[in-house]
Amino acid sequence: MNELLSLFLRYALVNNFILVMFLGLCPFFGVSKKLSDAIRMGLAVTFVMIASSIITWLIANFILIPFNIEFMETVVFILVIASFVQLLEMVIRKTSIGLYRALGIYLPLITTNCAVLGIAEINFLEGFSFLGSIASSSGAGVGFILALTIMSGLRERLELSEVPGSLKGLPIAFITASILSLSFLTFGGLRI
Amino acid sequence: MPFNDFSKGLIKINPIFVLALGLCPALAVSISIENAFGMGIAVIFVLTLSNLIISLLRNVIPKDVRIPSFIVIIATFVTIVNLTFKAYLPSLSESLGIYIPLIVVNCIILGRAEAFASKNPPLRSVLDGLGEGTGFLLAILLISFFRELLGTGGINFAILGYEFGSFIIPLFSDMPALFFIMPPGAFLIIGLLLGLFKRMDVI
Repeated sequence: MNELLSLFLRYALVNNFILVMFLGLCPFFGVSKKLSDAIRMGLAVTFVMIASSIITWLIANFILIPFNIEFMETVVFILVIASFVQLLEMVIRKTSIGLYRALGIYLPLITTNCAVLGIAEINFLEGFSFLGSIASSSGAGVGFILALTIMSGLRERLELSEVPGSLKGLPIAFITASILSLSFLTFGGLRI
Repeated sequence: MPFNDFSKGLIKINPIFVLALGLCPALAVSISIENAFGMGIAVIFVLTLSNLIISLLRNVIPKDVRIPSFIVIIATFVTIVNLTFKAYLPSLSESLGIYIPLIVVNCIILGRAEAFASKNPPLRSVLDGLGEGTGFLLAILLISFFRELLGTGGINFAILGYEFGSFIIPLFSDMPALFFIMPPGAFLIIGLLLGLFKRMDVI
């Protein structure tokens, strides 16, 4: 149990996907202008991350490794993730139009989100167990939501503040992210 | 005219500074010039060849399944790069780590496939891929130049395992600003460079 908790914390805080490992930066800068959008995007990404790490773990351990075709991992993982996201979009559209309006528009973006393929690759390369990969992917998802929420709160404030002309928009967002990332580095001192 | 397909990627629609695509590898591996060259060359290879193949197949691939087909083509070339690096450049492959397989989801490559290669003939697509790839290489080299210089106090010029000499700044290299080779330094450098380019009206 302790191991699972430490894996969860490792990917939520110490190796925060956005601020320390630079995975999933496109939504981080693209969707972080409004708090409500950021939370929805974060939830959608987290769900896809957990589900796709379960699927890729099963595929890796029951197909790739027994047949000695581990070198195919990138091709297989991205195909599985892309088709899973497509399927999810179709299911959500058929079953709940409200949920589709809230989360559905982000789903096509998630296919090419580095964070989703990233967690699948990490689980595979580090050789995590089944529960371990669920713990690491939920940790990564929570860390993703955390960073996205903090950033969108800050950017709502930034809109109202006076920023030097040439730093407006993306540049100041990067500099803000730099300070945020500095504060996340201090989690490196956690003994986990 | 064909030259324009190549040159527009360098500055006018530079993938990182203008389109803001492919930021993940640009920030993550720009710790040293050597890593930046490795990543840049890998991206040029994948981008050019996947543009070529996608352009050749552009009338064959059905419109509804084009994205999955593009991804599979791109993933094939990424696997080639990954295995080649592992076999011939083990230390580079080690330091680029997970970011090599992640070239698959680099938005530049899918973006150029969708926006250019799926609509244009092969020669122009190859030039577009070379240009955008070189633009990516230049941008990541610029970022890593500042990060390595400030973060380690010197520069070590090395391309794919070959050393081309190095220099250090005396005194400063004893106590460099480690901040710049840590993650926050990457965000700061790219933010300041973007601001500088905006100020100089380059982009």
